[in-house]
This record gives sequence, structure tokens and C-alpha cells, in this order.
Amino acid sequence: MDNLGELLHGFSIAVTLPHLALMVIGVLLGILVGVLPGLGAPNGVSLLLPLTFGMQPVSAIILLSSMYWGALFGGSVTSILFNIPGEPSSVATTFDGYPMARDGRPTTALATAFGSAAFGALIGVILITFLASWVAQVALAFGPAEYFAVYFLAFASFVGMGGAAPIKTVVTLAIGFAIAAIGIDTVSGSVRLTMGIDELVKGVNFVVAVMGLFGIGELLVAVEEEFHARAVSSKIEWREVFRAIGRLPRHGVALLRSAAIGCWMGITPGGPTAASFMSYGIARRFSRRGRYFGTGEVEGIISPETADHAAGTSALLPMLSLGIPGSATAAVMMGGLMIWGLNPGPMLFVDQKDFVWGLIASMYVGNIVAVALVLLTVPVFAALMRIPFVIIAPLIVIICVVGAYSVSNSYLDVVMMLGFGIVGYLFKKLFYPLAPLVLAIVIGDKAEDAFRQSMLMSKGSLGIFFANKLVTCLIVAGIALLLLPLVLQLQRLWRKPASAATETTAQETAREKVII
Amino acid sequence: MGRTSTFLLCAATTVLAGTMPALSAWQPQKPIEFVATAGPGGGTDNLARAVQNIITKHKLTEQPIVVVNKGGGSGAEGYVYGKASAGDPYKVIFGTSNAWQQPLVSKVAFNYTDLTPIAAMAQDEFLLWVKQDAPYKTAGDYLKAAASGEFKMGGAQSKDTDEVLTRMIEKAGHVKLTYIPFKSGAETAVQLAGGHLDSHVNNPSESLGQWRGGTQRPLCVFSPKRLPQGAKITATEGWGDVPTCVEQGLDIKQYEQPRTVWLPGKVTPDQAAFYVDLMKKVQATPEWKDYIEKSSQIDTFLTGAEFDKFIKDDLEHVNQVAGEQGWLVK
Repeated sequence: MDNLGELLHGFSIAVTLPHLALMVIGVLLGILVGVLPGLGAPNGVSLLLPLTFGMQPVSAIILLSSMYWGALFGGSVTSILFNIPGEPSSVATTFDGYPMARDGRPTTALATAFGSAAFGALIGVILITFLASWVAQVALAFGPAEYFAVYFLAFASFVGMGGAAPIKTVVTLAIGFAIAAIGIDTVSGSVRLTMGIDELVKGVNFVVAVMGLFGIGELLVAVEEEFHARAVSSKIEWREVFRAIGRLPRHGVALLRSAAIGCWMGITPGGPTAASFMSYGIARRFSRRGRYFGTGEVEGIISPETADHAAGTSALLPMLSLGIPGSATAAVMMGGLMIWGLNPGPMLFVDQKDFVWGLIASMYVGNIVAVALVLLTVPVFAALMRIPFVIIAPLIVIICVVGAYSVSNSYLDVVMMLGFGIVGYLFKKLFYPLAPLVLAIVIGDKAEDAFRQSMLMSKGSLGIFFANKLVTCLIVAGIALLLLPLVLQLQRLWRKPASAATETTAQETAREKVII
Repeated sequence: MGRTSTFLLCAATTVLAGTMPALSAWQPQKPIEFVATAGPGGGTDNLARAVQNIITKHKLTEQPIVVVNKGGGSGAEGYVYGKASAGDPYKVIFGTSNAWQQPLVSKVAFNYTDLTPIAAMAQDEFLLWVKQDAPYKTAGDYLKAAASGEFKMGGAQSKDTDEVLTRMIEKAGHVKLTYIPFKSGAETAVQLAGGHLDSHVNNPSESLGQWRGGTQRPLCVFSPKRLPQGAKITATEGWGDVPTCVEQGLDIKQYEQPRTVWLPGKVTPDQAAFYVDLMKKVQATPEWKDYIEKSSQIDTFLTGAEFDKFIKDDLEHVNQVAGEQGWLVK
């Protein structure tokens, strides 16, 4: 257990007064950028980066990574309270988090989210601690074909396990792919679907799409339904924070399953977004209360949050050991590493032991600090829900407009965001699911690149997707999930030919009621 | 035609400036925006942030500087933004040879003539990299093995510097390579380490970590002479130990990528002169030397006529390769 010794050494670096102080500062700043509109972790970290140039690399990375943890937690706050996800990976948290908060239980929703996020992160760090070298090898095995297989699996899990009618999911995915194709195409280098608007060459930013789809879309639905005219009476209860945390172990299976999905997707470069979506989809299928998902179920919050943080944490490992940044934030941190004079790559673990193990130890401590601080703020945030809708509604519009504009200081983004708002409203009215749309916008172009790179490599043969065990397993699992709804349908027809029609309709109606 | 219009424009502004009462040199009066035509963490972003840092540290101007990233569309987002900001001397665009190469091969809504060239500040070299355990030791061995026609060459972006160089290698070495474009050099390096590619042509900084970590090694450098020795990277070798490609029988004398700095079009010569001077001051600092060394680039400073000539020569060359490959867009 060499690693254990190294870890203890790491703790001796991380747990010193100056470093603990840096963690507190980092986490607080992180929560702030996470909650504030349009800032988010990557921007926050780049703003802070120049301040770290004079620091020791290990102090600098502790400050920046603490900020990252804080921002991840802060992002969940807006997802749950206002249905505005700050990062792609917290979209899935809105599905049950927002209904629960609206239902008058914001404290429970926030505390559950933070508790399970902390659990996910912890599992992620433990994995990094013990499997560092093995994990690096797994990531290396991923070529374009394997990448495509992972993305395919994520899409397929939505068709097979999502709440909506499978055909609607497929239609929504297709619309998302079209949006993801806007801009410059990596493989051919040509400009696509810009419709004569020069600025569209940059593509459609995720934040712009999500602010519109969720923030504005939900607002339009709410205005129509008028149920928001009253403020939610949420009691600020300290005890509820601890009670919610205390109830977490009852959902042990969901926690462990989600952490496993998160770690797997973090190491294989699927990333936190795909992880949280997949975890939510699978929980919906396997949970006993799966049919209530989307109405404010506890496991509907636990599953995406745990997977998101497990993946986010374990995704730092490929960055350190291979130099592949798993997210935009990791990319900024990697830029920092180089400026501090360190080169990410396998040798970092040999040359810079203090740095690597100091960072890993700080992940344990930093996450504990982050959870403690963020739990303290729960009542404050929950109190926001008591503000009447007539005041909150314009605030949400402001948040969305400012957020969309600040992505790249572009007016076009604001217009697009409002357009997405209308799309979001229509989707809700027509019972089309939003989640597959977002997933396709976020990883659609990556999936396309991976597929076409594979085709270039194999000179056009699909055989490359069955060339080795890893890729075959992933593809077969994907195809199975894709066909699952069809098989279930056939099975039902087979067993009860007479009552099949009525049952299917009933099932469809039930599904549409809980649609995301 | 584009060049002529720039020239006329310059001439016109000079005449205009001449008729005005003698102005003292232009100084910025409000905060300056550095536009990196790449995402956070990339080479261009690192340059913009390093320059910002040096200027702030040495107080080379009174005004604060903010760096914004506009890396969408392989950098086109940043250049289009520069074009739209014509006449605004508070936007400085940091890019590469992309500025003149991209408009040749894709229908982007800008050309380098829409911008005012300030300087080329550093040159990134290109090397031919293979997997550590590959059987070939020299570029000659590599070409012999590649004659099978089954070799996969990875690179960043399509029809950009990496692919142009790949096509040059095909021509000079009489081989056929399958070029596979990825989003960045870093991604390409990882794919080579995993054995999914046979080679790539990364810049030194993009594969430094992998060389040191023993997952890939350089065969040769596309430069007329060997790189400066510097510190050892592996136990036995440093950059200076990598032979040139010409030495090894791959006849490509020179191929490099400049890091370029631009202002939007229609700024006054005074304003341009201020930034040329500012970048010269940046280059004279010890921090700049440090940045160049850490990022394994070559220190150069091209401005004015020299920079123009560089662009013209490079354009001619890329035009030829792009023409042969049928990439040119009209």
C-alpha cells in the first residue's frame, strides 16, 4: 500500500493552516460564481488564475480546485431553486430537485443534493487514491471507436430508460444533433448550418440553450398555469438539513449504483454530463418509485448528483496522468499547471509527488470543507423560495439574459436564448422531453466527430465497432438499451393480445404525466 | 486585391493623420481587451495570458487588461469579432497562422486583410512523433514502413497546419497517409499514446509530457537546423538531440507556426505603433524568456514589412498545397 503512505504525506501538506484557509476562500468564491448568473466554474477559475502565479503550485491548485468544488455545489443551488442549471452536468438535478423545491421542500432538496454529491465525490477520490495507475491505462484504451461507443450508450440509455415515449426521445435527440452540428465541423473543417449569420460559426453554446429551455421555458409554463402566483411557504428548519442527510443511507443502493456509474464515466472519458443523465435514467428504471420520478423524488436527486460529483472528481485523474482535460474547468487548471512550470502527464506522479498527493489529499479535505460551508448556507438559499413569484419571475429573466450575454458578450446569444425559451415551452406543452435535447446539444458533435474519425480509421467499415472486447461490450449494451422499449412492447402484445391496446395507452398517459 | 485595399487604406490614414495637428503618440484611455482565438488552456490562450501578466507586472500601460476567449469555430469566432470591431483600438486579437490559412479553405466570414497586423511573437516548431515502442528509429525507417499505405496520422483540426504538413510529408516521402483530425494537439497526443494512431506532428509543448513519460518520442524536427539544446527532457535526450528531418532524408526544410497579434481593421498607424512598441517591451522582459523556454517555442519578433513578407510566403505555400488537395473555397 504505497499509495496510502503517499496519501498520508499528502495530508501533511494539505492540512496546514494556510492551506485550510485557502480552501475556505476557494470554496466560498466557488459557491458565489456557481450561484451568480453566467459566471460558472471555468470563468471563475480563469479569473482567479493570474493571482496564483506567485504561489507554490500545490497551494495554487488547492485554491483553484476548492473553487471548483464550491462552484459545483453552487450550480446545484440554482438548478434546484430556479430550474436554471449552471453546468451541463447539473441539468439532471433539475428534474426532481425543482419540483421538490416548488413543493415547499427546498431545504430537503438542497440538503439531499449536497449530501449525495459529497458521497459521490468521496468515492471518486478513494478511486483516485488506490487505482491511479490502473485508471490511467483504461483511459488510454479509448480511441475514437470507444469514445463513440460510450456516447452511443448514453444516448441509447435515454431511449431505453427515459420517461418519455421512445419515439419522442429519438425525435428530440435528432433535433439536438442538428443544433450541435452548427458551426465549424472538426473533421472536414467546413462551416455548417450558419444560415448566413457570420457569428454562428462559433456554434450554439450550451449555457445559452439551457437558460432558455429551462429558465425561460419553465417561466412561460408557470405564468400560464398561474400556480406560482403564491410564494412557496418553506419553513427554514435547521433540523431538516440534518434529517435529510440522515435519510440518505436508506437509499444506499441508489447511492452506490450512481457512484459506480459516475466513476466509470469519469475514467472512461464520458464525463460528468453523460454520467448524471445515465444515472438518472437507470434509477428511474430500477427504482421502486420510478414512476413518480419527475415529481420531486429523493432518488431522482440522489442519482444525478452522486454520479455527477463522482465523475467530476475522478475526471481529474486523466488530466493529471495523461494531460487530457475532462472539462472546461480542468482545461483552465491545466493551463495553470503549465504556467506554474509543471507538465501534466505520467511523469507528474513520479517527479511531483508533493504536488499530486497534496492535491489528492486536499480533495478529501476540500470536499468536507465545501459540504460544511454549503450546508450552512442551505437555510439562506431556501429562504429565497419565500419571495413571491411576481418578484422572482423578472429576476429569473434577468439572470437568463445576463447569463446568456456573458457567455461571449454577444447579443445574438440573448436572442437565441429567448428562442430556446419558446422551444422549451412548446416541448413541455407537447410532452416532448427536454433532457435528450440537452444531452444531444452537449455531446452530439463529439459523438459525430468520434464516429467519423472511426470511419476514417477503418476506411468505412463498421467492423471497427466490434474490433475488441471493450468496444463490442459498449456497443452491444447500447443496442440492447435501444431495443428495450420495442422488446417490452412486443412482449406485452404477446402475453395479453386482447388488453394490450388499452394497457399501452394507459401506460403512455402515465408516462406523459411524469414527463420531464 | 485585399492587400491593395489595405495598402490604400494605410496610405489614406497616413495622409489623414498627416493633415491633423501633430499628435503625440497614442495612449490607451480605457481598459484593453485581449481576445484569444482559442479556448482556455490552449497555446494561444497561454500566450495572451502570459502577455497580460507581463504587462500588468511591469506596468507597461496604465490601463487594465482583460483576456476573453473566443475559440469557437477553430478560432474563427475571435477573428470575426475582430472584423466586427473595426476602428476599435481596445481589442487585441491573439491567433496563429489560422488568420490567413482558414479563409483559404473554409467559408468563414473574415480574411486576414480585415485586421491590422501587429506582430508575430513566437514560432512553434513541428516534429514527427511516433509511439515509444514503434520499431522505426529514423524518419527514413518510418517512411519505409509507411509505404504499406496503412499508416494513420493524427492532427489538430482539418485542413489546418497539421494536415498541410501531413500532405507535404506524403509528397516529399512518396507515401500515402490517412489523416485523422482531432480537436486539439493534446487529444491527438493521447490517441498516439493509446496506440490508435501511428504518428502525429505536434508542437514541442503539446507532447512534452508524453515524451518525458515515455509514451512517445520524436523522430525529427521540421527545421533547417537542430533546436537549441536546453535542459534534458528524458534521461538521455533533450530537444537539441532530435535530428532535423532533412538529415534523415525527409526533405522538408522548414515548417513552423507563428503566434500572431492583430488589431481590428481601420485603426490609426499611431494606435498600431503603440501596440508594436508594447509587444517589443514585453519581449524584453525575463518573464517572456521564461515563458518561451517553458513552452518550448522559438523567440522571434516579426513586424511591419517582415511580417507581411512572412504572411505572403506562407500563403503562397499553403495555397499550393490546398490547391493540389482541392481544398480551396471560392
